[in-house]
Parts: sequence; structure tokens; C-alpha cells
Amino acid sequence: MSTATTELGHDDHHHHAPSGIKRWLYTTNHKDIGTLYLWFAFIMFLIGGAMAMVIRAELFQPGLQIVDPNFFNQMTTVHGLIMVFGAVMPAFTGLANWLVPMMIGAPDMALPRMNNWSFWILPMAFSILLASLFMEGGGPAFGWTFYAPLSTTYSNDTTALFVFSVHIMGISSIMGAINVIVTIFNMRAPGMTWMKMPLFVWTWLITAFLLIAVMPVLAGAVTMVLTDKFFGTSFFSASGGGDPVMFQHIFWFFGHPEVYIMILPAFGIISAIIPTFSRKKLFGYASMVYATTSIALLSFIVWAHHMFTTGMPVGAELFFMFATMLISVPTGVKVFNWVATMWRGSLTFEVPMLFALAFIVLFTIGGLSGLMLAIVPVDFQYHDTYFVVAHFHYVLVTGAIFSIMAAVYYWLPKWTGKMFDITLAKWHFWCSLISVNVLFFPMHFVGLAGMPRRIPDYALQFADFNKWISLGGFAFGLSQLIFLALLIKACRKKGEPVSDQVWEGAEGLEWEIPSPAPYHTFETPPVIK
Amino acid sequence: MKKIWSSILVILTSLIAFAVSAETSSTADQYQLNLRKGVTEISGQVYDLHMLMFIICVVIAVLVFGAMFWSMFFHRKSRGAQPANFHESVKVEIAWTVVPFIILVVMAFPAAKTLIAMEDPENSEVTILVTGSQWKWHYKYMENDVEYYSVMATQQEQINNKFAKGENYLLEVDRPLVIPTGKKVRFLVTSDDVIHSWWVPDFAVKKDANPGFINEAWTNVNEPGIYRGQCAELCGKDHGFMPIVVIAKEPAEYQAWVNEQEDIQRKAKEEEQRLLAMNMTMEELMVTGEQVYLRACAACHQPNGQGLPGVFPALVGSDMVLNDMTAHLDVVINGKAGTAMQAFAKQLTMSELAAVITYERNAWGNDTGDMVQAKDINAVMTGQ
Repeated sequence: MSTATTELGHDDHHHHAPSGIKRWLYTTNHKDIGTLYLWFAFIMFLIGGAMAMVIRAELFQPGLQIVDPNFFNQMTTVHGLIMVFGAVMPAFTGLANWLVPMMIGAPDMALPRMNNWSFWILPMAFSILLASLFMEGGGPAFGWTFYAPLSTTYSNDTTALFVFSVHIMGISSIMGAINVIVTIFNMRAPGMTWMKMPLFVWTWLITAFLLIAVMPVLAGAVTMVLTDKFFGTSFFSASGGGDPVMFQHIFWFFGHPEVYIMILPAFGIISAIIPTFSRKKLFGYASMVYATTSIALLSFIVWAHHMFTTGMPVGAELFFMFATMLISVPTGVKVFNWVATMWRGSLTFEVPMLFALAFIVLFTIGGLSGLMLAIVPVDFQYHDTYFVVAHFHYVLVTGAIFSIMAAVYYWLPKWTGKMFDITLAKWHFWCSLISVNVLFFPMHFVGLAGMPRRIPDYALQFADFNKWISLGGFAFGLSQLIFLALLIKACRKKGEPVSDQVWEGAEGLEWEIPSPAPYHTFETPPVIK
Repeated sequence: MKKIWSSILVILTSLIAFAVSAETSSTADQYQLNLRKGVTEISGQVYDLHMLMFIICVVIAVLVFGAMFWSMFFHRKSRGAQPANFHESVKVEIAWTVVPFIILVVMAFPAAKTLIAMEDPENSEVTILVTGSQWKWHYKYMENDVEYYSVMATQQEQINNKFAKGENYLLEVDRPLVIPTGKKVRFLVTSDDVIHSWWVPDFAVKKDANPGFINEAWTNVNEPGIYRGQCAELCGKDHGFMPIVVIAKEPAEYQAWVNEQEDIQRKAKEEEQRLLAMNMTMEELMVTGEQVYLRACAACHQPNGQGLPGVFPALVGSDMVLNDMTAHLDVVINGKAGTAMQAFAKQLTMSELAAVITYERNAWGNDTGDMVQAKDINAVMTGQ
């Protein structure tokens, strides 16, 4: 891939954007909107993280010390909602905004005004959700999975605000997904054929289709919760002919593809970073595309593995067990491909590579515990214990979030034109790596020993590990302040200027434009050979 | 940089040393790392499956991470490694698709076999109806006239760190479930309000209690003993305080226990009828009422009667409590549909109901002076 970039760099006459707050409020520029998404996600990550600190402080020792159980449940619920819908998903959308046009040689996203709208409704959604915490009765306290009838008959009236805010988040996600799909279908530069697209673009394209398929299902679920609670319907109440387990089927039909929405773009990021710092082409590009597609398709037929204890017929249990086990095949292919890319490469260990390597190891640990969870008879023991909490934090924190951090370190110099503070970045990496394992690894042990999740107090035999988990949690939380300091420094354009290519082994369109990336890029499409 | 490395190393070694010393100084139970083997044939099979899966996963991890760390060490640029050119190989890619698939098939067989056995509750000898409600369990022996509620026995003062915590902190109940050893015991699991999950790790039994539906599970315990578990599905505020205790007794002992319980429960019913004719004094009502209130009502309405604003209504100064006796009796006896307020008619005796309603109408400054007697409760319940 190589392009003519001569037209770039003299596009200053296009700068007629307003300044100050209006620049950000009215912007339709994909780079500005990407930046907004990323900062929003990071702020949500800190708020959701602060809630995790409350949870870990309460669980530091047995007994109730800091919060009452009702508030504890609000913390676990809102922590989950914020991290899923406020941190991980907007961060990936932010990366897509910045990178997809630059990677496919497009001047901007296809629908720039909708892009602005899909971002700016997000702060509204989360203001509503967070405000409910301060109202009478408090915020949602039924877990981020809001199982009926706990979220209907037995919830308080702020449930209406929860429903409204989830609706807005869903609309935002759908608009973002439509934009990604339209951009990729219509705005690829001449010669950018499907099988030449970078994997980040591929994985995001598939993610966008998943989003469009399942976000309306989530909207349906919250609407049914709303009408069951306030308008006398009985979707989830047996006394009116409904079924509470049907809620779980609907929720997880959204929820399981949602899990892959939060990890497929991560696969794309890792597939960009590993080849760069191995100085070797990605192994098995085509099989990566096929594996991503099969994971996406399989994600629609495994939802009930979250519900093995609900009393499904044994035939259904067997089906969902086998289908779930099958997902490990394409996921394995990806991990093998990354390792084969590194094999006989020429490796260096810059910060993005460190995060990518940590991702491969720790995500694989999360994947393997996922395989164990697929085995129904053993899942009866693991289900709703800290073993599950350990599993999904390995795939979401050391998986999705580590990949986002890897991506930020990888592309940040391209965005700002300056190298970030490498010493701070290494401190951030090592502190995060050690603390995240002190935080989540012992959760496997307490889970196997029998500690249920979502409890504010626990029996004495779990006390010692919980102390370690909490200490790891505080350390991981503090480590992210290093990241905050680094990002503030980077945004003030401190640091050494970087070349256009930034990293020695980097390949792709985004590395052929100047650093920092000009406000408008590829107004004349590049030609890809 | 070197300084940083050495300090990190010092921290790490001291952490490990601390962990090891803690391991040796405390009991093995406190640092239990693995799943329990349990006390039934099924729980043993589940444990074996868990270990099989675990070992397969560890082997895969060692192979994959081994290859990765090999490249990280030997194929690094600082050692002068030159990148190779290969970037695909149909043979290798087919191999690492097919081999994992075969491993999965090998895993699937024993898993399916155990699962089918676990889901076959037929030919059971004892059937117990397990009903979850916020936040207690109710057990009903289907073949005998025995039924009762089982509530956590840990004192609030232990939870609030005022008293020292006991050995079975949060895992103790007032009335454990009793089952016979060596017999297939079937559990019918359901719920009166939200979804709960009945879990005893030593039996490898975890089954959701869904309101309006009945799930089946079973166990066959080999050894007599006391086995403890907890509710495993988020069920509201006191989800963490809903333990399960099961005592497995030899069949003869179990039979004696059942006979004794039938006798006690029959006498209690007779006693309740006898009390209908008697009036309690205000003092008696208030003393009993406070005990009942703390046991059955305080979890939601709080020990001081203030409730939780927006979640559970306050009883202090409540219009219904102060002025509307009929509504008050109705809501306590029959519950309130569409809310968390349960029907206490089946949980408390008539004299307990009378006492607790009297208590609510006269405690915390609700000085109505009203007295409710067991016969008033009986009148409401029988529709007089």
C-alpha cells in the first residue's frame, strides 16, 4: 500500500470552524468527534472506576463498614452500565472515528452531522443515569443485567430514568454503527478492496452489524421493563401469563453479541500493533477475517450459556454448551495467528507492543476460563460466583481496555504529532499490569471456594483473598491517574516531534499522512496499488 | 531505569514472601484455591470435569505462551533477529483449526454424560419444595406435614462490627434443612417474589428459583454432616444475607426428626387455636411484637421504622398505621400485590401477627394506643 500524499498539508483554507466550546459542540469533523468520544470514555472510565473503588473498599474486610447493601447494589449496577456503555463502547467508537476514514483513505465519516448527534446525546444519557443516584430511592440497584422481576415489580421509580438513558445509549450506538457501515461501504479510496482493508476496519465493520442487530433487542427489553413496571403489562410476570426467564432470553440475545461488540475491535487493534513491532506481515490475514465473521455469527446462538441454572431442558443445555465450545475454535485461530506473526519476526517492545503482549496473554487466560464456564455441569458450580467476575474482567479489562490503551499509545503520536512521555507510559503499563493481576487473579480462587458475586459482605474464609483483591484494585485505580497525567501532557502537545511513520515497522495509509494528522485528510482520494 | 527495576523486584519478592507466610500461618480453609469435591457422586464427577478442563487449559496456555515468550526472547531486534517473510500456511492453519476441534469433542463427551445424569430427578424417595422469598428460604416436605422458614441467624451486631464475628458468620440459619443420607432427594425450587438461586456447593446443586415456575434438582448425599451454601442470584438488598444450611442425617435419625417435627407443628397449630380465645396485655404484645418486627420486618422497614426513602415506606407517622386499622391488617396479612410487601399470613402465627401490628401502631412515637388480638387476625383471615 502506498499513496500520493502530495495534496496534503495545504488545506488550511478549509479552517473556518468556530473556536472555543462551539468548535466542539458543532463539530462534524471525524477527528474532533473521535477526540470527544475518547475523552468522554476516559472520564466515564474514571467515574465507573471510582464506583469500583467503593465496592472494593466495602469488600476490603468482612462486615458492613462504608455503605449499606442497597447503595452497594447501586454501585455494582451503575459500575457495570458505565463501564460497558460509557467507557468501552464509546472508546471503540472514538477510535473508529479517528481511524476508519484515515485507514481507508476517506475525507471524513459518511454522515458527519449524525456523527455529531450520536456523540452529543451520550453525555445526556449518562447525566440522567448518574443523576438518578442522587434521587429519592437511589439509582438502579438490580445489576447491569436488570433481571425481571427485580427490575420491574421490586424496583423503585427511578427505573424510568434508567430505561430512558439506556434508550439514548442504544440510539447513539446504532447511529454510530450506521455511520461506520456507510463509510466503509461507500468511501473506500480507489483500489482499497475488501481484502486490502486493515483488520481494524474489518472488525469494526462486523461489530457495526452486530450493533444494528442487537441494540434494538436491548431497546425492546428495557421497554418491556418500563411497561411491566408502570403500565400494567405482564411480559415478565407469571401471574399475568408472562415469564421472568423470557426476560433473560431477550436480554442475553442482546447481551452475548454485546460481549463480542466489546472485543472484536480489540482484535483489530492487536492485529495492527503486533505486525508493526514484529516487523513482519500479519500471519493469516484472510483467516483473521473469516474467524471474526464466524465469531460474530456464532455469537447469535450461544446466548443461553448465561442461563444454565434457570432450569432449561437438558437438550437446550447441550446445544448451548456445544455451540459455546465451538466459539473457542475461531478465537484460538486469532491467538495462534498473532503468535505466528511474532514467530521469527524482529521484535521490539515499545509501549503499544507491551500492552498488546499483555493483551494476548491475559485475554487468553480469560478465554480459557470462558471455555471452562461453557461446560454446563461445572458451570453450575461457577455460575454467579467470583470465578465469573474474574473471567469477564480478564476479557474486558485486560482484554478490551488494555487493547484501547494499546491503541491510544500506538496512534497518539499520529494524532498530536509528538511522542508521549515514554517514562510515564512505562510506569503506567507496569503498575497496571501488576495491580490488575493482584486485583483479578485471586477472584478465581474465591469464586471456586464458593463466594457468590454481587454481595456486600462475605463469610470469613474469603477474607484474606478479598483484602488482596481490594489492594490490587486501589493500585490499579491509582495507576490510571498516571495515564491521565500522560494524556493531559500529550494533549498540550508536549514532547519530541515524530516522523510521519512514527513507528519503524508501521504500515498503512494513516502512517503516510503528516504527523500530526491535518484537520482534513484525503480530500483527494489516494490511489492504492 | 536500573533503580526502578531493582525496587520493583524488591516489592515483588516481599509480596510473594508475605503471601507464602500467610499461607502457612493460617488454616488451609482460609486460602482455599480450588473447587470443592463435595459429598455426592455427582459433585465428585463435577470436580473431575473441572480438573480435566483446568489441565487442558493449562497445557494449551503453556504451549501458546511458550511459543510467544520464545519469540519475545530469541526473535528480538536487539539480538539482531531479521524478520522472516512468511505470512500464511494453509497446512498450519488447517491444523490449528482441526486439532482444537478434536480436543473440544473429547471434552464434550464426559460433560454431556454428567449433565444428563444431573438433570434426571426420577425415582427420588424424598421430595422437598424449596421456596425463596426476600430474604429467606421456605422448606416444605411433600410427603410429611412439615414446613418452615429458614432465616439467617447471624446477629446484626456482628455484621455492623459491634460483636466479634462467629465461625460461621453469614452462613448460619435458625432452622436448617434436614435430609436423609443415601437416598435420592428431589428439590422443587420456586420463588414467591424475585428470582433467587438455591446453591449448595458440596452437592453441586444450583438451581434458580423463578416466581411462578417450578424447577427440579436432586442430590444423594453420602456422608452425614452440615453443608452450607448461599443464594446465588441477585435478589435485592439482602441478597448477601440469605444462607442455606443443610444437615444430612442417617435415614433412621432423619425419620425420627421428621416424626418429631410433625408432632411439634401439630401441637403449634392446636396452641394457635387455643390462643384465639385469649387476650394478651399491651406489654406482652409489645414485647413479642418487637421480636417479630426485628425478625420479619426490619430488613425493609428498618429497626427504627423509618424505611428507606423511595424504596421501602416508613411506618413512623404513616397515615395507614396511625389511622386505618383495616388497611394495616390487610397489608400485613395479605401483602400488597406489585410491591415487595409479602403476605405474612403464612409466615407468622396469628398471635405473632397481632403482636407485630400492635407494635407498629405503638412504637417509635406512633402512640395510637390500639391493641390487636389474635382473634382480630382470625376474623380478617376467615373473612368475618
